[in-house]
Amino acid sequence: MKFMLHVAPGIVRYPLIASVILETSALLNIERASIDAVSGEIVLEVPLEKCTEVKEAFERRGVRVVPLEIPVVRDENECVHCGACVSICPTGTFRFEDWRVIADSGRCIQCGACVISCPHRALKLVMK
Amino acid sequence: MITLLDRQAPIGFYRIADFRAIVQEKSLSEINERIRDGSARVVTAEEMPDLVDTLGPAGAVREVDVVTTGTFGAMCSSGVFLNLGHSDPPIKIVKAWLNKVEAYGGVAAVDLFLGATQPSEDKGNEYGGAHVMEDLVAGKQVEVEAEGAGTDCYPQMELETVLRLDDFNQAIMVNPRNAYQRYNAATNSSDRTLHTYMGTLLPRYGNIHYSGAGVLSPLSNDPHFDYIGVGTRIFLGGARGYVIGPGTQHNPQNNFSTLMVTGDLKNMSTRYLRASTFHNYGPSLYLGIGIPIPVQNEKIAQNTGVRDRDITVAVVDYGIPRRERPSLKTVSYEDLKSGMIDLNGKEVSTSSLSSFYVAREVALTLKEQVKKGEFLLSQAVEPLPRVGSARPMKQTKESPNVGDVMSRDVVTVLENIQIEEAAKLIVSGSFDHLPVVSKEGMLMGIITAWDISKAVASGSASRISEIMTRRVYSARLDEPIELAARTLDTHSISALPVVDRENKVIGMITSNHLSRLLARRR
Repeated sequence: MKFMLHVAPGIVRYPLIASVILETSALLNIERASIDAVSGEIVLEVPLEKCTEVKEAFERRGVRVVPLEIPVVRDENECVHCGACVSICPTGTFRFEDWRVIADSGRCIQCGACVISCPHRALKLVMK
Repeated sequence: MITLLDRQAPIGFYRIADFRAIVQEKSLSEINERIRDGSARVVTAEEMPDLVDTLGPAGAVREVDVVTTGTFGAMCSSGVFLNLGHSDPPIKIVKAWLNKVEAYGGVAAVDLFLGATQPSEDKGNEYGGAHVMEDLVAGKQVEVEAEGAGTDCYPQMELETVLRLDDFNQAIMVNPRNAYQRYNAATNSSDRTLHTYMGTLLPRYGNIHYSGAGVLSPLSNDPHFDYIGVGTRIFLGGARGYVIGPGTQHNPQNNFSTLMVTGDLKNMSTRYLRASTFHNYGPSLYLGIGIPIPVQNEKIAQNTGVRDRDITVAVVDYGIPRRERPSLKTVSYEDLKSGMIDLNGKEVSTSSLSSFYVAREVALTLKEQVKKGEFLLSQAVEPLPRVGSARPMKQTKESPNVGDVMSRDVVTVLENIQIEEAAKLIVSGSFDHLPVVSKEGMLMGIITAWDISKAVASGSASRISEIMTRRVYSARLDEPIELAARTLDTHSISALPVVDRENKVIGMITSNHLSRLLARRR
């Protein structure tokens, strides 16, 4: 599953991910990271069996961990199933099924590309 | 259709009666009679191709009376005439706004034309003319502000009021260009993301966007206007509408026909009329249009048997911001709808901007309406022209190219020189930018006075190769200065090396050149 890490000022310069990997031996995949001098947001893909362990390890280091269960939501009243979101998603969250746009939210890394590209403003990121 | 038979029959060989036995013909009134008594056999344009393949065109004429088409996509060239009724004291409106979206007021006293793509003055692109239309159709009220001319007959100078759709005397949609027969697909060769009316185009051919319903497209099912003409009754935004005539840029000789259409906004539905915003482009209107086509003869049967694979378009490179955008490949709607297209050996993901899902719903709704006898077909009063015009603009005021204003005495450096050396060059010249080139003179990067100051302040670098910007934007000699100005503006930079076709540096164009040019013009 995916975690959104909110890294507070003060600890942003520590090798947090490296140390959690060493501690938990979890195969973490960084899907998105935006870090500046004072804080950071990182989206991690974590193997299901290591979820709790990894979450606790980050929290001990002062990182706020938010599981991204439904990272992107769609307003069904606004969506017209055009498909403008399909080809711009880097992780293939959206696809057509008999010309309806189907979202596989589990793939979303909250990059926001679809939010601005949706002509009908039907998509929103959760917990941002 | 005696004339058609006359034309096709080899003179002197057959009598008309012989042909009647072979060629299937039905009159429009015959078909309307069946629609009225509920016995018409109706299929959608998606169902028709298999029937034509199985039954043959003659069999399809026997078995099918009407084929319904549908499309639902961004139709920028749309608008509504609104009549406000007269105020007391009366006003001759010069300028008017609905929810801060300006509507054209130069039509008599209280008639306005609200265009779909007009952005609002307070919310910009996020709310525009199309959104006002959707709000009105949804039953919401809109705030109207108007400025008057102030005449003896219309003394009122200003007014504000709040109106709903019912409060307007008329709200008549008149769309200059809708229902494009087909539309070129879009991709982007440049190295930055482009936000266009064809959606978000990712850099380096990252995706392809297309628009149009393909197999369901009304004009692709009647490309020679055997049925569709002036006065044809259509489905428009959920209401009855009519074809007024050819749309603007109607270009049937290249299979880019368009329609000008009209319909009563008061009868439309938000299911088929939806406002949209294309990021960094502006508002547009998604509109559902459907046309039922009577299967009167084999030619019409054949045409309505068109498939996605028969309708081809070019994949056009929006990375080149010119009118003549290069076309990279010809593809069919079948290719586009497959989700993936091979472009120079790379698999590129495709997606649509128009909704095939709603287009299909339009065709199915129309099918039901025709079946139930609620929608009769109409005889055109004039055919649509077979030849149109979509010529480029005649531009009488020549705008200079980059080559006309750039400076040619450009100093370039090789990447292995010392920072001090570059600093000396900048100080002795009168410029802030040094293009970095290879031994052959090809552009490799750029370095600015600021880069040098930073390097000196931190003391960490010695050669310019360590500090130069490698992702360098450049201009072409024959590029209009408007494009160079936009590149400078988009990237917040102040100078561009000018390169030839081999990417060799031949000049520099700076924001100073452009401001001097503007100053001279004024």
